[in-house]
Amino acid sequence: MTHEIYAFLRGPMVWISLTVFLGGSVYRLASMWRLAKKKDAVIFHYISVFYSLRSLLHWVSPFGSLNMRKNPAMTVIAFIFHVCLIATPVFLSAHVILVKESWDISWWWMPDHMADLLTVIVIGCCLFFAGRRIKRPDVRYLTSVSDYLILAAIAAPFITGLWAYHQWPAFSAMMLLHMASAEILLMMIPFTRLNHMLFFPFTRGYMGSEFGAVKNAKDW
Amino acid sequence: MTKHSVTDVIGIPDEGIDKGAEKLTPEKITRVIRKLLDEEGGARLKVYMETCVHCGLCSEACHFYLSNDNDPKFAPAGKVKQTLEHIIKKKGKVSVAFMKRACEVAFTECNLCRRCSMYCPFGIDIAYLMLFVRRICHRLGMVPQYIQDTAHSHSATMNQMWVKEDEWIDTLQWQEDEARDEIPDLRIPLEKPGADVFYSVIGPEPKFRAQLIYQAAVIMHAAGVDWTMPATPGWDNSDMCMYTGDQEMVARLKKVHFEAAMRLKTKRIVMGECGHAFRSVYDVGNRLLGWKMPPLRLMHALEFYYELFRDKKLTVKQKYEVPVTLHDPCNVVRGGGLHEMARHVIGETCTEFIELHPNREHNYCCSAGGGVINCGPPYAKKRVIGNRVKAEQLAAAKAKGAKTIIAPCHNCHGGLEDIVKYYELDMEIKFLGDIIYECIDKGQPED
Amino acid sequence: MEYSQWDWDVGKRVIADVNQWRNAFNRVEEPYVSPDGETIAAIVEIEEMVFSVCENGVPWENQFDKIWYLRFGPDNVPSALVSSDAAWTVATAGKPWENQFDFVWNMQFGTDGKYITVAAQSAGEYFAVTNDTPWKQKYPTLNNLTISKDGKNSAAVVQTRPFNSGDIFAFQQGCYSVAVNGKIWDTNFLNLWEMSFSPDGRHLAAEARSTLYDYTIVADGAPWNKTFSSVWKPKFNPIDGSVSAPVKGPGGWTLACNGEALWDKAFLQLWHHQYSADGKTIAAIVVPRFGQWTIAVNGVPWPETFDNLVTDLVFSPDGKRVACSARTQGKWTIAADGRRWKNFFDMAWAPVFSPDSRHVAAKVEKDGRFFIAVDGRVLRQTFSALWEPIFSPDSTKLLIRGIEDEKTGQYCRYVFKLSDLV
Repeated sequence: MTHEIYAFLRGPMVWISLTVFLGGSVYRLASMWRLAKKKDAVIFHYISVFYSLRSLLHWVSPFGSLNMRKNPAMTVIAFIFHVCLIATPVFLSAHVILVKESWDISWWWMPDHMADLLTVIVIGCCLFFAGRRIKRPDVRYLTSVSDYLILAAIAAPFITGLWAYHQWPAFSAMMLLHMASAEILLMMIPFTRLNHMLFFPFTRGYMGSEFGAVKNAKDW
Repeated sequence: MTKHSVTDVIGIPDEGIDKGAEKLTPEKITRVIRKLLDEEGGARLKVYMETCVHCGLCSEACHFYLSNDNDPKFAPAGKVKQTLEHIIKKKGKVSVAFMKRACEVAFTECNLCRRCSMYCPFGIDIAYLMLFVRRICHRLGMVPQYIQDTAHSHSATMNQMWVKEDEWIDTLQWQEDEARDEIPDLRIPLEKPGADVFYSVIGPEPKFRAQLIYQAAVIMHAAGVDWTMPATPGWDNSDMCMYTGDQEMVARLKKVHFEAAMRLKTKRIVMGECGHAFRSVYDVGNRLLGWKMPPLRLMHALEFYYELFRDKKLTVKQKYEVPVTLHDPCNVVRGGGLHEMARHVIGETCTEFIELHPNREHNYCCSAGGGVINCGPPYAKKRVIGNRVKAEQLAAAKAKGAKTIIAPCHNCHGGLEDIVKYYELDMEIKFLGDIIYECIDKGQPED
Repeated sequence: MEYSQWDWDVGKRVIADVNQWRNAFNRVEEPYVSPDGETIAAIVEIEEMVFSVCENGVPWENQFDKIWYLRFGPDNVPSALVSSDAAWTVATAGKPWENQFDFVWNMQFGTDGKYITVAAQSAGEYFAVTNDTPWKQKYPTLNNLTISKDGKNSAAVVQTRPFNSGDIFAFQQGCYSVAVNGKIWDTNFLNLWEMSFSPDGRHLAAEARSTLYDYTIVADGAPWNKTFSSVWKPKFNPIDGSVSAPVKGPGGWTLACNGEALWDKAFLQLWHHQYSADGKTIAAIVVPRFGQWTIAVNGVPWPETFDNLVTDLVFSPDGKRVACSARTQGKWTIAADGRRWKNFFDMAWAPVFSPDSRHVAAKVEKDGRFFIAVDGRVLRQTFSALWEPIFSPDSTKLLIRGIEDEKTGQYCRYVFKLSDLV
């Protein structure tokens, strides 16, 4: 039974989750594009590549905006979180090996103790964000159950992965959970607030264009 | 400084909202909202609503939030939560009581200043979202009484203050007469075809601050500008319909304004020192009419003054010696990038300039903008309480010696006057035009 | 004198030396010129606070405390709004009307200049006055004064019901109507704005808003049975008398006739539509793509568009051609029949068609000098002040009215043979 689940998660489910993630992302972007063309056609006339990039560049650089400088802890944690969140799964040796075995392509991977550290950082950041949601009244006010669920969904593959790697009790079940939770997370991206990953360049770029090209002002 | 209670801030009685609400049923609310979401709720709305990760990084951008002791209800995203988020989640099935509160939030707790868009990592335009709520309120017939009355004035007279056609002309002629006592060959040229500059002002100028037209005429005269003002509607560039959510009227108002300038074959429109009018003419009304940018060259007074000094059209006789500070108005700085030009003019006319902190694009709103001051006396205290940080910011400049606040925007003027009074700051507020008028060589005849 | 009887002899005639006026008077305001070019006039200050109008160097006998809005009527006679002892009236060729008012403004001429109408206010009451005869009825407010083609009829939006300051709900009941020659329609609206008389002056149509959200067209007091999210100024078909107006629906702006769509195309903007004289063709200023302005003739937009604005739409007398002035990329130009002139200017005035519809001329400005351009060619002669050109009745000559040199200040009237110009 366990083996069958493993095989499913290792095989078809990978394809399913990748398809949902990629297909869903393309669908979301394309349908939003179509909706914009239909109902907000005017915004396309104000998008400026130069000012979009100018704004984006400031907002992807640590401390590139005033608000980042005003909240140094949040800035550092948010940047580290996003870097680790993406780097850990992509450069984890086990993942690279899996890909190598499946498709015979590979890339640099990080030493396992480093992956451990990054994983702990991601989990720590999730705890920080959860703590922030609980502690800061303004954030608590904004937070709904779904926000905690999203945080949990992000933390889950990292916690279970760490567990399985270190072969703590019931690690083989954890491995299944790890795979399942990671695949779920991937599929959630286009359809939850995690879609900020998709829309960030557009919302920021549009605001950058409006501020830069029309209003002659900075937006960072 | 007086203590205030929460009832000064939330649940303020307002005939426009209360009586408007009496006519509503939940069914009507749902019907109106769904129709509006269907017709006008496009990708922008959807993406903004779905992208917000509830991080709260916008909170500290908002003077209402900071001034109300970090009350989460006043955080920008908190305002979205109390309004659109619930409306969209419920697909418009919201109660009358909910809409009353949403109306209060959108009209009196947000100045649409866009400072939060500079703090949101995603650049979510919360002002746009609040305007969407206002648009819903407009469609529901539930808008604060005072600003709705102003919108009615716009519709009936094409100006903000119920100024009748003859009263406008008469005021200009009266100001011309007054100014001639000082400068005998001064003229306020009415309906002069082919003039270089079409000068437009906001409704309150002829109504309450006619001396500003006088001053503008003196500056135009001293600089040798070929200018005119229309004797028809279209003289008022202001626009409270932009803030009540009545976009159809915005288009109508801006058409009348642009066409007055086009009819007179003027080459450019110069506007008096008003921020929201600039937003309306430069950024909003033109789009509603199909123009990407304004059809004619458009200059806010700040840019015009800057040009006059840059081209040495004005000479300063005696600089203004009282130490000054500058309040950067949202709509011409965050909305027009005119901050350095303002500083250039201050450099030409004032001996001592002390910066406010934060400043330029990051300056705090005056809390009067976005139509909030136009919601009238019921909200005056709320608006002032909601901008304690502005008082602190001004007090810091005062501690460094600043005595005069230059606020090149009408709403800012009104807002800052109330703040200065309430927080007992004892500072004087001036338009940049006031300073220029005082300083320049007016070309009076020698005695 | 009739247009055909104007002096159409080729040549240049000096009419007046405006600069000399500056020596004679305290102050000389900007001059205006009669359509036939025979008269130049300006408001002048004779001595402190004593004003008159100087016509070809001769001031009016009557003097006033204040004068504004000097304009020539189509009959080449100047009128102005004048004030004595704080009372205002109209003076034509120096002769004031007998009636006086607390204020007058918005002076309008009928096509032959025989009828002059102004908006007037006395003791806080508002009305219109045509040729010294005020409306019998007076109203608390008056806006959008409109006259019929011949100038004999006048109409305005007036307040018909009182409401207290700030009473938004009373306002929303509808407190305005239209008064035609003083008499009001029996329906009230929230707002009424721009209006048109039918060519014979017997009917009137207006833009209206019946609730905060419902816009429609009202003809002779009766609203169309359809409402729109917005409307612009209605016009009468000169032949069948039907009323059409730009209306905004869910798909954008289109042209509607008596409530029903007239054009099958929608635009992002559509306004200032005009009928050709035979009523068969309608042209309008439209926006086919956001930020791009042009003219549509019977619903078909010109391929050429302009990114700043299009204005001054004019039909040729035969109704076959359309011209306009336009601004694109910050520069003005003239366009006719869908084609833009090659030249760009700092300003372009309304184009003028020749009576035979073959030629288009316009006054244009560049680098502070004024020019006349005909069919896309700019005449060499430049002016420091210039008025719109006028073609002779036989379309062979062009009347140009201008001051060549600011220093000499000589206002001249030129008649050129078109064949010599182009």
